[in-house]
Amino acid sequence: MQYISQIIFLLVVAVAAYFLYQRISRIRKNIFLGKPSGRTASPERWKTMLLVALGQKKMFKRIVPAFLHMLIYVGFLVINLEVLEFVIDGIAGTHRIFAPFLGGFYTVLINVFEFLAVGVMFSCIMFLIRRNVVKVKRFQGNEMKKWPTLDANLILVIEIVLMFAILTMNATDMLIQGQDEHYAQTGTFFFSGLLVPLFEGMQLSTLIFVERFAWWFHILGILGFAVYVTYSKHLHIALAFPNTWYSNLNPKGQMENMAEVTNEVKMMLGMPTENANEPPAEIARFGAKDVNDLSWVNIMNAYSCTECGRCTDNCPANMTGKKLSPRKIMMDTRDRAEEVGASLAKGGKGLEDGKSLLGDFITKEEINACTSCNACVEACPVNIDPLAIILQMRRYVAMEESGSPASWNSMFQNVETNFAPWKFPPTDRFKWAEEMESKS
Amino acid sequence: MSDILNNVPVMADLAAKGESPEILFWVGCAGSFDDRYKKVTQAFVKILNKVGISFAVLGPEETCTGDPARRAGNEFLFQMQAVSNIQVLDTYNVKKIVTACPHCFNTIKNEYPELGGNYEVIHHSTYLQQLINEGKVGLKGGGEFKGKKITYHDSCYLGRANNIYEAPREVLAALDAELIEMKRCKTKGLCCGAGGAQMFKDAEPGNKEVNVERTEEAIETGASIVASACPFCMTMMRDGVKSKNKEESVVVMDLAELIAKNEGL
Repeated sequence: MQYISQIIFLLVVAVAAYFLYQRISRIRKNIFLGKPSGRTASPERWKTMLLVALGQKKMFKRIVPAFLHMLIYVGFLVINLEVLEFVIDGIAGTHRIFAPFLGGFYTVLINVFEFLAVGVMFSCIMFLIRRNVVKVKRFQGNEMKKWPTLDANLILVIEIVLMFAILTMNATDMLIQGQDEHYAQTGTFFFSGLLVPLFEGMQLSTLIFVERFAWWFHILGILGFAVYVTYSKHLHIALAFPNTWYSNLNPKGQMENMAEVTNEVKMMLGMPTENANEPPAEIARFGAKDVNDLSWVNIMNAYSCTECGRCTDNCPANMTGKKLSPRKIMMDTRDRAEEVGASLAKGGKGLEDGKSLLGDFITKEEINACTSCNACVEACPVNIDPLAIILQMRRYVAMEESGSPASWNSMFQNVETNFAPWKFPPTDRFKWAEEMESKS
Repeated sequence: MSDILNNVPVMADLAAKGESPEILFWVGCAGSFDDRYKKVTQAFVKILNKVGISFAVLGPEETCTGDPARRAGNEFLFQMQAVSNIQVLDTYNVKKIVTACPHCFNTIKNEYPELGGNYEVIHHSTYLQQLINEGKVGLKGGGEFKGKKITYHDSCYLGRANNIYEAPREVLAALDAELIEMKRCKTKGLCCGAGGAQMFKDAEPGNKEVNVERTEEAIETGASIVASACPFCMTMMRDGVKSKNKEESVVVMDLAELIAKNEGL
């Protein structure tokens, strides 16, 4: 009988681990629907990850949300240390196993955790207010439909409730310690101490029940939340790290070269090609129509997006009423990868389901509105690159469909025949110099 | 004197004489064909001549870098342009290129190397800054722009695309003018609306033109001069000023024009 809670604990952890494993494998598969990225390790990558993900460098462009976010972030990292004690207690059937060993330091530690828990609650409440009362513009947007909005609010509410569970557990524990000498003496906790009046006067058995309930609620909550996160925009807490590690390190203005085109161009111009003796590689498709045409980093970008909307907020096309929203590009990419992955898992048609990212999710009107100004890339706190996806889709439209806007097709023609994007005869190219010299 | 100032050496002529200039001035299509931007080209040539730099242009041999084709998705056309431009540049053994167009700058500097074209590429804002630092231009003081209110519009292809924010501002500082920043500047600078091949088509349906949004911001600063460093930005900002009926009070000028004017060229 005495082992029953330990067995239940292990079972619960095992079930959560199973679901997490399933979900992580699925996401991994979905991400690797994409093509190789060609990005290789360098010290610069570690530096970028440390600064941008760990150090949240780009968050601090907006100081208020940066501060609130920092509270939650530090709270998340540090309070997870306490979860270590939860897990050991859960497995060993102990209660606050660290308390006797750490003595007064334990009191200090838990007080720090409680301070952070209160910080997390404060930030989450502020974030809920920003989203639902102040209605900060970047959280609205056309793509912020039912689920994205609910998802954001759910995350904040769950975090508040989880923190409240810790405080409740500590408050009742302190009261129990006064009545039952078997409980480890932890000293006084400041913040949960404020909750003590709520529970004073309760019977010992009720207090023990509340304490246990809060303990189980917290640990189950954390495990459940971990699984939930994999279905949510909140996945950025993990993916921000690999995502920044795999950031584009080239100048932002540089578009990725299409080597398969280079070979053909060189052959057309009668120049030696690098792999002249090898048969030309089978080119599936020029540019991107669906998620498998993108690189896997593009898809990881999509899973790393927490839908904060800084990209869309800074997008010149979006702010002047065009349909383009870089955030929607990322959300669509993730949704499509999820759809394909779910279909494949069921033995379905996957990519061959008659749908595609471009067309069924993202329209030409959206990608055609982009000025390639890189404001979205610059704004993203985790270095997501919506522009890369947009430009690959333009390549598909131009090269596979010849479906570019008519004015662009004329521009192409001008470049081909007049060697300038405008319809000026090449003989006029040097007129500016003649005009100058005629003045002298 | 004006003879020398208006001199435009052509690469092919120099090569025939067995000479090779220190820099190639890549004019770009806007600098060659656009009536307004031709003036920028001419101003920059005058500065080069005044300073006595050995330079040349490709003249009729220059063609589009391929930037708009690439941004609009036509990779074939871009690479055809790039590869043949690289052939021309390499024929003349070009080492150092200066250009007044951020799009040409970005393409030649960042995108030609993968296609075999490796050059030192400098945008004219950086080049002018170097000339100023070397004391070759713009240190007269009390020039025509002293104390005038100037705002600088960041080109996306200089700024975010290539992290060039300070050079254009240092050029303006040399004019002894009062630089007033717009609310959105440097990394947060708002696009003029022309990049990504938007220059060559109508904007998608919306409720405002990007250039109008940007021009309003520029006008708000109270500056009488909007300084730009990109042919597309210049067109968009001029159109914006026109649409706001502010042509009397606000002019759009390129950095090279400002320096040339300050130098009395």
